[in-house]
Amino acid sequence: MNEVMVARGLVRRYPADGAPVHAVDGVDMAVEAGETVSVMGPSGCGKSTLLHLLGGLDHPDQGELYVAGRRVDKLSETQWAVLRRRSIGFVFQAFHLVDELTAVENVELPALLLGAPSRDARRKAMELLERLDVNERANHLPDQLSGGERQRVAVARALVNDPLVVLADEPTGNLDSRATGEILALFAGLREDRQTLLVVTHDARVAATADRLLSMRDGAIVAQTRLDARGNSLGALARLVDLGGDR
Amino acid sequence: MAMRDTILGLLAKEPAHGYELRTRLMRALGPAGGALNPGQVYVTLSRLERAGLVRGAEIEQTAHPDKKVYALTARGQERVEDWLADVTWSKVAPVEFHLKLVAAAAAHLADPVALVDSQRLELLRQLRELQDVALGEPAGSDAALLVEGAALRLQADIQWLELCERQWIEREST
Repeated sequence: MNEVMVARGLVRRYPADGAPVHAVDGVDMAVEAGETVSVMGPSGCGKSTLLHLLGGLDHPDQGELYVAGRRVDKLSETQWAVLRRRSIGFVFQAFHLVDELTAVENVELPALLLGAPSRDARRKAMELLERLDVNERANHLPDQLSGGERQRVAVARALVNDPLVVLADEPTGNLDSRATGEILALFAGLREDRQTLLVVTHDARVAATADRLLSMRDGAIVAQTRLDARGNSLGALARLVDLGGDR
Repeated sequence: MAMRDTILGLLAKEPAHGYELRTRLMRALGPAGGALNPGQVYVTLSRLERAGLVRGAEIEQTAHPDKKVYALTARGQERVEDWLADVTWSKVAPVEFHLKLVAAAAAHLADPVALVDSQRLELLRQLRELQDVALGEPAGSDAALLVEGAALRLQADIQWLELCERQWIEREST
Protein backbone atom coordinates (compact mmCIF):
# COMPACT_ATOMS: atom_id res chain seq x y z
CA MET A 1 0.00 0.00 0.00
CA ASN A 2 1.42 3.34 -1.05
CA GLU A 3 0.23 6.03 1.35
CA VAL A 4 0.73 9.60 0.18
CA MET A 5 -0.55 11.21 3.37
CA VAL A 6 -0.91 9.81 6.85
CA ALA A 7 -2.24 11.62 9.92
CA ARG A 8 -2.05 10.15 13.42
CA GLY A 9 -3.87 11.67 16.36
CA LEU A 10 -4.02 15.15 14.83
CA VAL A 11 -5.34 17.79 17.25
CA ARG A 12 -5.87 21.47 16.63
CA ARG A 13 -7.24 23.66 19.42
CA TYR A 14 -8.31 27.27 19.22
CA PRO A 15 -8.54 29.50 22.24
CA ALA A 16 -12.09 30.48 23.16
CA ASP A 17 -13.98 31.91 26.10
CA GLY A 18 -13.69 29.26 28.77
CA ALA A 19 -12.36 25.94 27.46
CA PRO A 20 -10.42 25.88 24.14
CA VAL A 21 -12.36 24.58 21.14
CA HIS A 22 -11.04 21.38 19.59
CA ALA A 23 -11.50 22.11 15.89
CA VAL A 24 -9.72 18.85 15.02
CA ASP A 25 -9.82 16.34 17.82
CA GLY A 26 -7.72 13.24 17.29
CA VAL A 27 -7.94 12.47 13.56
CA ASP A 28 -6.32 9.31 12.19
CA MET A 29 -6.48 8.95 8.45
CA ALA A 30 -4.51 8.04 5.35
CA VAL A 31 -4.77 8.87 1.67
CA GLU A 32 -3.40 6.27 -0.73
CA ALA A 33 -1.75 7.05 -4.04
CA GLY A 34 -4.31 7.17 -6.83
CA GLU A 35 -7.42 7.39 -4.69
CA THR A 36 -9.92 10.20 -4.33
CA VAL A 37 -11.26 10.88 -0.85
CA SER A 38 -14.02 13.25 0.18
CA VAL A 39 -14.50 14.65 3.66
CA MET A 40 -18.04 15.63 4.48
CA GLY A 41 -19.67 17.07 7.56
CA PRO A 42 -21.79 19.94 8.86
CA SER A 43 -20.27 23.42 8.96
CA GLY A 44 -18.04 23.80 11.98
CA CYS A 45 -17.18 20.09 12.13
CA GLY A 46 -13.49 20.86 11.52
CA LYS A 47 -13.19 19.65 7.94
CA SER A 48 -11.59 22.83 6.60
CA THR A 49 -9.18 22.97 9.54
CA LEU A 50 -8.23 19.36 8.79
CA LEU A 51 -7.47 20.25 5.17
CA HIS A 52 -5.35 23.20 6.31
CA LEU A 53 -3.39 20.91 8.66
CA LEU A 54 -2.83 18.34 5.89
CA GLY A 55 -1.53 21.06 3.58
CA GLY A 56 0.65 22.79 6.18
CA LEU A 57 -1.40 26.00 6.01
CA ASP A 58 -2.04 25.53 9.73
CA HIS A 59 -0.16 23.37 12.23
CA PRO A 60 -1.37 20.76 14.70
CA ASP A 61 -1.05 21.10 18.48
CA GLN A 62 -0.61 17.33 18.74
CA GLY A 63 -0.21 14.39 16.45
CA GLU A 64 1.93 13.31 13.54
CA LEU A 65 1.68 14.00 9.84
CA TYR A 66 3.54 12.20 7.07
CA VAL A 67 3.77 13.08 3.37
CA ALA A 68 5.18 10.28 1.20
CA GLY A 69 6.59 8.62 4.29
CA ARG A 70 8.39 11.74 5.53
CA ARG A 71 7.37 13.26 8.85
CA VAL A 72 6.35 16.86 8.22
CA ASP A 73 4.48 18.14 11.27
CA LYS A 74 7.64 19.77 12.67
CA LEU A 75 8.73 21.47 9.43
CA SER A 76 9.50 25.20 9.39
CA GLU A 77 7.35 27.56 7.30
CA THR A 78 10.09 27.70 4.66
CA GLN A 79 10.33 23.91 4.44
CA TRP A 80 6.53 23.70 4.19
CA ALA A 81 6.53 26.27 1.39
CA VAL A 82 8.94 24.11 -0.61
CA LEU A 83 6.99 20.92 0.12
CA ARG A 84 3.70 22.53 -0.91
CA ARG A 85 5.13 23.86 -4.15
CA ARG A 86 6.60 20.48 -5.13
CA SER A 87 4.08 18.02 -3.81
CA ILE A 88 0.68 19.53 -2.98
CA GLY A 89 -1.83 21.24 -5.25
CA PHE A 90 -4.54 23.43 -3.71
CA VAL A 91 -8.00 24.30 -4.96
CA PHE A 92 -9.98 26.84 -2.94
CA GLN A 93 -13.61 27.92 -2.83
CA ALA A 94 -12.71 31.49 -3.87
CA PHE A 95 -10.35 30.30 -6.68
CA HIS A 96 -7.41 32.49 -5.49
CA LEU A 97 -6.25 33.25 -9.02
CA VAL A 98 -3.93 36.23 -9.56
CA ASP A 99 -6.21 38.88 -11.09
CA GLU A 100 -3.44 40.56 -13.13
CA LEU A 101 -2.35 37.33 -14.85
CA THR A 102 -4.10 35.53 -17.69
CA ALA A 103 -5.42 32.00 -17.26
CA VAL A 104 -2.32 30.36 -18.74
CA GLU A 105 0.00 32.64 -16.74
CA ASN A 106 -1.80 31.64 -13.55
CA VAL A 107 -1.38 27.96 -14.40
CA GLU A 108 2.32 28.17 -15.28
CA LEU A 109 3.25 30.32 -12.27
CA PRO A 110 3.87 27.46 -9.78
CA ALA A 111 6.05 25.69 -12.38
CA LEU A 112 8.12 28.85 -12.95
CA LEU A 113 8.49 29.31 -9.18
CA LEU A 114 9.88 25.78 -9.05
CA GLY A 115 12.47 26.72 -11.69
CA ALA A 116 10.97 25.17 -14.81
CA PRO A 117 12.16 26.72 -18.10
CA SER A 118 9.46 29.13 -19.28
CA ARG A 119 8.88 27.22 -22.52
CA ASP A 120 8.27 23.95 -20.65
CA ALA A 121 6.04 25.68 -18.11
CA ARG A 122 3.93 27.22 -20.87
CA ARG A 123 3.61 23.92 -22.73
CA LYS A 124 2.55 22.09 -19.59
CA ALA A 125 0.06 24.84 -18.69
CA MET A 126 -1.51 24.71 -22.16
CA GLU A 127 -1.75 20.92 -22.03
CA LEU A 128 -3.61 21.10 -18.73
CA LEU A 129 -5.97 23.84 -19.92
CA GLU A 130 -6.74 21.69 -22.93
CA ARG A 131 -7.32 18.61 -20.80
CA LEU A 132 -9.72 20.59 -18.61
CA ASP A 133 -11.41 22.02 -21.71
CA VAL A 134 -10.70 25.66 -20.96
CA ASN A 135 -7.80 26.21 -23.42
CA GLU A 136 -9.82 28.63 -25.51
CA ARG A 137 -9.82 30.98 -22.54
CA ALA A 138 -6.04 30.72 -21.98
CA ASN A 139 -5.34 34.40 -22.68
CA HIS A 140 -8.25 35.80 -20.67
CA LEU A 141 -7.92 37.46 -17.28
CA PRO A 142 -9.79 35.80 -14.39
CA ASP A 143 -12.51 38.48 -14.32
CA GLN A 144 -13.33 37.63 -17.96
CA LEU A 145 -14.01 34.00 -17.02
CA SER A 146 -17.15 32.38 -15.64
CA GLY A 147 -17.00 30.83 -12.16
CA GLY A 148 -16.75 27.32 -13.59
CA GLU A 149 -13.93 28.38 -15.93
CA ARG A 150 -12.04 30.05 -13.09
CA GLN A 151 -12.25 26.91 -11.00
CA ARG A 152 -11.06 24.77 -13.92
CA VAL A 153 -8.08 27.12 -14.33
CA ALA A 154 -7.44 26.79 -10.59
CA VAL A 155 -7.50 22.98 -10.88
CA ALA A 156 -5.05 23.17 -13.81
CA ARG A 157 -2.76 25.33 -11.66
CA ALA A 158 -3.02 22.78 -8.83
CA LEU A 159 -1.89 20.04 -11.24
CA VAL A 160 0.95 21.84 -13.04
CA ASN A 161 3.78 20.51 -10.86
CA ASP A 162 2.43 16.93 -10.91
CA PRO A 163 1.66 17.01 -7.18
CA LEU A 164 1.51 13.89 -5.03
CA VAL A 165 -1.92 15.03 -3.87
CA VAL A 166 -4.44 17.76 -4.64
CA LEU A 167 -6.31 19.24 -1.67
CA ALA A 168 -9.61 20.95 -2.56
CA ASP A 169 -11.55 23.03 -0.03
CA GLU A 170 -15.26 23.51 -0.91
CA PRO A 171 -14.40 23.74 -4.64
CA THR A 172 -18.03 24.35 -5.66
CA GLY A 173 -18.91 26.67 -2.78
CA ASN A 174 -19.00 29.73 -5.05
CA LEU A 175 -20.47 28.04 -8.12
CA ASP A 176 -23.98 27.82 -9.50
CA SER A 177 -25.57 24.50 -10.36
CA ARG A 178 -24.35 24.41 -13.96
CA ALA A 179 -20.74 25.23 -13.06
CA THR A 180 -20.92 22.67 -10.26
CA GLY A 181 -21.87 20.13 -12.92
CA GLU A 182 -18.68 20.99 -14.86
CA ILE A 183 -16.57 20.47 -11.73
CA LEU A 184 -18.30 17.15 -10.98
CA ALA A 185 -17.38 15.88 -14.44
CA LEU A 186 -13.83 17.19 -13.98
CA PHE A 187 -13.41 15.40 -10.63
CA ALA A 188 -14.81 12.19 -12.10
CA GLY A 189 -12.15 12.54 -14.82
CA LEU A 190 -9.39 13.03 -12.23
CA ARG A 191 -10.65 9.90 -10.47
CA GLU A 192 -10.44 7.94 -13.73
CA ASP A 193 -6.88 9.27 -14.21
CA ARG A 194 -5.99 8.05 -10.69
CA GLN A 195 -5.02 11.54 -9.55
CA THR A 196 -4.71 11.48 -5.75
CA LEU A 197 -7.26 13.96 -4.46
CA LEU A 198 -8.77 14.93 -1.13
CA VAL A 199 -11.80 17.18 -1.28
CA VAL A 200 -13.56 18.79 1.66
CA THR A 201 -17.16 19.64 0.87
CA HIS A 202 -20.67 19.97 2.22
CA ASP A 203 -22.08 19.31 -1.28
CA ALA A 204 -23.29 15.72 -1.55
CA ARG A 205 -22.81 15.70 -5.32
CA VAL A 206 -19.13 16.59 -4.97
CA ALA A 207 -18.63 14.11 -2.13
CA ALA A 208 -20.19 11.37 -4.25
CA THR A 209 -17.50 11.65 -6.93
CA ALA A 210 -14.84 10.15 -4.62
CA ASP A 211 -13.69 6.55 -4.15
CA ARG A 212 -13.99 6.90 -0.39
CA LEU A 213 -15.96 9.13 1.94
CA LEU A 214 -14.95 10.26 5.43
CA SER A 215 -17.74 11.69 7.62
CA MET A 216 -16.66 14.28 10.17
CA ARG A 217 -18.46 15.51 13.25
CA ASP A 218 -17.16 17.60 16.16
CA GLY A 219 -13.57 17.44 14.94
CA ALA A 220 -13.46 13.67 14.57
CA ILE A 221 -13.93 11.21 11.73
CA VAL A 222 -17.00 9.23 12.73
CA ALA A 223 -17.44 7.00 9.69
CA GLN A 224 -15.76 6.04 6.47
CA THR A 225 -17.18 4.20 3.55
CA ARG A 226 -16.34 3.23 0.00
CA LEU A 227 -18.43 4.78 -2.75
CA ASP A 228 -16.98 2.85 -5.69
CA ALA A 229 -19.50 2.04 -8.32
CA ARG A 230 -21.31 -1.21 -7.67
CA GLY A 231 -20.77 -2.30 -11.24
CA ASN A 232 -24.41 -2.35 -12.23
CA SER A 233 -26.21 0.97 -12.26
CA LEU A 234 -29.64 -0.50 -12.89
CA GLY A 235 -30.25 -0.52 -9.14
CA ALA A 236 -30.40 3.25 -8.86
CA LEU A 237 -32.28 3.50 -12.14
CA ALA A 238 -34.95 1.02 -11.19
CA ARG A 239 -35.64 3.19 -8.16
CA LEU A 240 -35.59 6.26 -10.35
CA VAL A 241 -38.34 5.00 -12.59
CA ASP A 242 -41.19 3.07 -11.13
CA LEU A 243 -42.40 1.67 -14.41
CA GLY A 244 -44.26 -1.22 -12.89
CA GLY A 245 -47.02 0.83 -11.32
CA ASP A 246 -50.06 1.18 -13.51
CA ARG A 247 -53.15 3.01 -12.41
CA MET B 1 -45.57 5.78 -13.16
CA ALA B 2 -48.90 6.14 -14.91
CA MET B 3 -48.20 3.88 -17.87
CA ARG B 4 -51.71 4.22 -19.31
CA ASP B 5 -51.55 8.02 -19.36
CA THR B 6 -48.07 7.93 -20.82
CA ILE B 7 -49.12 5.65 -23.68
CA LEU B 8 -52.18 7.80 -24.39
CA GLY B 9 -49.97 10.90 -24.35
CA LEU B 10 -47.55 9.35 -26.84
CA LEU B 11 -50.45 8.49 -29.16
CA ALA B 12 -51.56 12.14 -29.19
CA LYS B 13 -48.88 12.87 -31.82
CA GLU B 14 -50.18 10.33 -34.35
CA PRO B 15 -51.52 6.77 -34.48
CA ALA B 16 -48.77 4.24 -33.92
CA HIS B 17 -48.13 0.56 -33.37
CA GLY B 18 -46.76 -0.88 -30.16
CA TYR B 19 -43.17 -1.12 -31.30
CA GLU B 20 -43.02 2.57 -32.28
CA LEU B 21 -44.45 3.61 -28.92
CA ARG B 22 -41.96 1.47 -27.09
CA THR B 23 -39.06 2.99 -29.06
CA ARG B 24 -40.19 6.54 -28.29
CA LEU B 25 -40.62 5.68 -24.62
CA MET B 26 -37.16 4.12 -24.41
CA ARG B 27 -35.58 7.17 -26.03
CA ALA B 28 -37.20 9.50 -23.47
CA LEU B 29 -36.08 7.31 -20.57
CA GLY B 30 -32.57 6.53 -21.78
CA PRO B 31 -30.73 4.23 -19.36
CA ALA B 32 -33.75 4.32 -17.02
CA GLY B 33 -35.70 2.43 -19.69
CA GLY B 34 -33.83 -0.73 -18.74
CA ALA B 35 -36.38 -1.20 -15.98
CA LEU B 36 -39.20 -1.34 -18.54
CA ASN B 37 -40.78 -4.74 -18.96
CA PRO B 38 -40.73 -5.56 -22.71
CA GLY B 39 -44.39 -6.60 -22.81
CA GLN B 40 -45.68 -3.71 -20.79
CA VAL B 41 -46.53 -1.41 -23.68
CA TYR B 42 -48.56 -4.14 -25.42
CA VAL B 43 -50.42 -5.14 -22.26
CA THR B 44 -51.28 -1.50 -21.57
CA LEU B 45 -52.49 -0.99 -25.14
CA SER B 46 -54.92 -3.90 -24.93
CA ARG B 47 -56.25 -2.62 -21.59
CA LEU B 48 -56.74 0.83 -23.09
CA GLU B 49 -58.57 -0.71 -26.02
CA ARG B 50 -60.92 -2.62 -23.71
CA ALA B 51 -61.56 0.63 -21.82
CA GLY B 52 -62.50 2.37 -25.08
CA LEU B 53 -59.67 4.92 -24.89
CA VAL B 54 -57.84 3.69 -28.01
CA ARG B 55 -58.99 1.90 -31.14
CA GLY B 56 -56.79 -0.67 -32.84
CA ALA B 57 -56.83 -1.43 -36.55
CA GLU B 58 -55.03 -4.40 -38.12
CA ILE B 59 -52.84 -3.41 -41.04
CA GLU B 60 -52.23 -6.22 -43.51
CA GLN B 61 -48.59 -6.84 -44.34
CA THR B 62 -47.28 -9.32 -46.85
CA ALA B 63 -43.68 -9.76 -45.71
CA HIS B 64 -44.42 -9.64 -41.94
CA PRO B 65 -47.29 -10.66 -39.71
CA ASP B 66 -50.10 -8.12 -39.62
CA LYS B 67 -49.52 -5.26 -37.23
CA LYS B 68 -52.00 -3.35 -35.19
CA VAL B 69 -52.01 0.44 -35.32
CA TYR B 70 -53.62 2.24 -32.41
CA ALA B 71 -55.30 5.65 -32.42
CA LEU B 72 -56.88 7.71 -29.64
CA THR B 73 -60.67 7.68 -29.37
CA ALA B 74 -62.50 10.89 -28.42
CA ARG B 75 -62.52 9.71 -24.79
CA GLY B 76 -58.83 8.92 -25.01
CA GLN B 77 -58.19 12.43 -26.28
CA GLU B 78 -60.12 13.86 -23.32
CA ARG B 79 -58.12 11.78 -20.88
CA VAL B 80 -54.84 13.08 -22.37
CA GLU B 81 -56.09 16.63 -21.80
CA ASP B 82 -56.97 15.78 -18.19
CA TRP B 83 -53.53 14.24 -17.73
CA LEU B 84 -51.77 17.36 -18.99
CA ALA B 85 -53.85 19.56 -16.68
CA ASP B 86 -53.30 17.32 -13.63
CA VAL B 87 -50.79 18.90 -11.23
CA THR B 88 -50.46 15.94 -8.84
CA TRP B 89 -46.80 15.46 -7.90
CA SER B 90 -45.20 12.21 -6.85
CA LYS B 91 -44.05 11.59 -3.28
CA VAL B 92 -42.78 14.81 -1.71
CA ALA B 93 -42.34 14.00 1.99
CA PRO B 94 -39.99 11.21 3.11
CA VAL B 95 -42.72 9.98 5.44
CA GLU B 96 -41.63 6.38 5.72
CA PHE B 97 -38.11 7.12 6.94
CA HIS B 98 -39.42 9.81 9.29
CA LEU B 99 -41.80 7.34 10.92
CA LYS B 100 -39.03 4.74 11.09
CA LEU B 101 -36.89 7.17 13.12
CA VAL B 102 -39.74 8.04 15.47
CA ALA B 103 -40.64 4.39 16.02
CA ALA B 104 -37.03 3.27 16.52
CA ALA B 105 -36.38 6.01 19.06
CA ALA B 106 -39.58 5.40 21.01
CA ALA B 107 -38.95 1.66 21.32
CA HIS B 108 -35.17 2.07 21.86
CA LEU B 109 -34.80 -0.35 18.95
CA ALA B 110 -31.96 1.55 17.33
CA ASP B 111 -30.05 4.78 17.63
CA PRO B 112 -31.81 7.28 15.33
CA VAL B 113 -28.52 9.01 14.57
CA ALA B 114 -27.00 5.71 13.43
CA LEU B 115 -30.07 5.06 11.24
CA VAL B 116 -29.65 8.50 9.67
CA ASP B 117 -25.94 7.83 9.09
CA SER B 118 -26.45 4.54 7.30
CA GLN B 119 -29.34 5.93 5.27
CA ARG B 120 -27.24 8.89 4.19
CA LEU B 121 -24.38 6.65 3.09
CA GLU B 122 -26.82 4.57 1.03
CA LEU B 123 -28.19 7.71 -0.66
CA LEU B 124 -24.66 8.93 -1.37
CA ARG B 125 -23.90 5.60 -3.05
CA GLN B 126 -27.06 5.94 -5.13
CA LEU B 127 -26.09 9.50 -6.01
CA ARG B 128 -22.71 8.23 -7.15
CA GLU B 129 -24.38 5.64 -9.39
CA LEU B 130 -26.65 8.27 -10.90
CA GLN B 131 -23.73 10.63 -11.50
CA ASP B 132 -21.84 7.87 -13.27
CA VAL B 133 -24.91 7.22 -15.44
CA ALA B 134 -25.28 10.96 -16.12
CA LEU B 135 -21.68 11.17 -17.36
CA GLY B 136 -22.48 8.50 -19.95
CA GLU B 137 -25.49 10.37 -21.32
CA PRO B 138 -25.10 12.88 -24.16
CA ALA B 139 -25.55 16.40 -22.74
CA GLY B 140 -28.90 17.90 -23.62
CA SER B 141 -30.71 14.61 -24.22
CA ASP B 142 -34.18 14.02 -22.73
CA ALA B 143 -32.78 11.15 -20.67
CA ALA B 144 -29.94 13.29 -19.24
CA LEU B 145 -32.53 15.73 -17.93
CA LEU B 146 -34.37 12.89 -16.21
CA VAL B 147 -31.20 11.60 -14.53
CA GLU B 148 -30.35 15.15 -13.42
CA GLY B 149 -33.78 15.46 -11.83
CA ALA B 150 -33.25 12.24 -9.91
CA ALA B 151 -29.79 13.39 -8.73
CA LEU B 152 -31.15 16.73 -7.49
CA ARG B 153 -33.91 14.99 -5.53
CA LEU B 154 -31.41 12.65 -3.92
CA GLN B 155 -29.29 15.64 -3.00
CA ALA B 156 -32.30 17.27 -1.33
CA ASP B 157 -33.04 14.06 0.57
CA ILE B 158 -29.43 13.96 1.79
CA GLN B 159 -29.73 17.56 3.02
CA TRP B 160 -32.90 16.62 4.86
CA LEU B 161 -31.09 13.70 6.52
CA GLU B 162 -28.51 16.21 7.76
CA LEU B 163 -31.32 18.15 9.42
CA CYS B 164 -32.61 14.90 10.96
CA GLU B 165 -29.15 14.15 12.28
CA ARG B 166 -28.78 17.56 13.89
CA GLN B 167 -32.17 17.37 15.55
CA TRP B 168 -31.68 13.86 16.94
CA ILE B 169 -28.18 14.66 18.20
CA GLU B 170 -29.62 17.65 20.07
CA ARG B 171 -32.37 15.51 21.56
CA GLU B 172 -29.99 12.80 22.68
CA SER B 173 -27.77 15.34 24.41
CA THR B 174 -30.61 16.86 26.44
